[in-house]
Amino acid sequence: MHLYRGLIIIPCFNEAASLADLVTEIKENLRGILNLDILIVNDCSTDNTLDIAQRTEAKYLDLPVNLGIGGAMQAGFLYAYSHNYSFVIQLDGDGQHVPSEIKKLIAAFEKTEADIIIGSRFLEKKGFQSSFLRRIGINYFYLINRLFTGLHIKDSTSGFRLLNKKAFSYAAFHYPDDFPEPESIVIFAKKKFSIAEVPVIMRERQGGKSSIRWLMQLYYIIKVSIAMCFSYIRK
Amino acid sequence: MARIQIITIIINFIFIGYISRLIVKGKLREEYAVVWIVITFFLVLFSFWRDGLDFFSKLFGVAEPPNLVFTAFIFLIMIYLLHLSQVSSKMQKSITKLTQEIALMKESAEKNTKN
Repeated sequence: MHLYRGLIIIPCFNEAASLADLVTEIKENLRGILNLDILIVNDCSTDNTLDIAQRTEAKYLDLPVNLGIGGAMQAGFLYAYSHNYSFVIQLDGDGQHVPSEIKKLIAAFEKTEADIIIGSRFLEKKGFQSSFLRRIGINYFYLINRLFTGLHIKDSTSGFRLLNKKAFSYAAFHYPDDFPEPESIVIFAKKKFSIAEVPVIMRERQGGKSSIRWLMQLYYIIKVSIAMCFSYIRK
Repeated sequence: MARIQIITIIINFIFIGYISRLIVKGKLREEYAVVWIVITFFLVLFSFWRDGLDFFSKLFGVAEPPNLVFTAFIFLIMIYLLHLSQVSSKMQKSITKLTQEIALMKESAEKNTKN
């Protein structure tokens, strides 16, 4: 008996190169496990991501205006909220998140009963570890997250997450537009949601380009820091 | 009346005329027009009243009257820019919400036509 109904949300912006394989891989890995649906959120891609999404058997949302990954995820949360799912899993469309690792998130969800489970690539230091500069950035977010929330989240930029009903119902109405991952931890911690981290293995992106490159990285760090600070102050 | 006074007065009236036209045509919301009308009012006032600037400079203790003009206007412009940022932030929030609603509605509409 499966009591749970889960929704895997894949936010996509120009991920045509990896999306079809990703969906197949999820299906192969999760056949018979729980009751999982897949929802692709096409964030107004300029390539044929939408075509590919339509050809898979997954459900999909097509945003008419580009909102950024946070806005796309929020659309997914709203979908899960109105369709009464019991949890959602975020899986990025670039193929960095390995579908077979979803089981680890679900296992941790059943064991710890935390509201948010974050898949971390740094707990066991296996698999793709990101570049040196990015790890410095991630360490920085670890430190300021610790300052604001008192939590020790090693991989706060990880988008590979499971949110239970309580968490995604809240996020459906309060979620940052762009670069939402580190900031949302502050938002969730303020609401006193419990957050747990489990080790997962990630790989290098399978196609497409990171949305955070060059000077954007500096902007990202400054913008997210300010946003975290204000999320902390905000009631 | 000095030549520069006549020029500024003419320009001011053209400016007021243009703002009124935008409002009449519905291209400018009245709430934004208020700021522009108040600003042109002051411009007109000081074009007619030449000693006004000296008067206010003395009142505020500013040694050089032009500096009062710059300070006042830069301050006004900053406030107005802040206001515009606020307006566009609000707009972005509404657009996000609308976009998500539309995506969800499209999804349910497609599901209905399939069934």
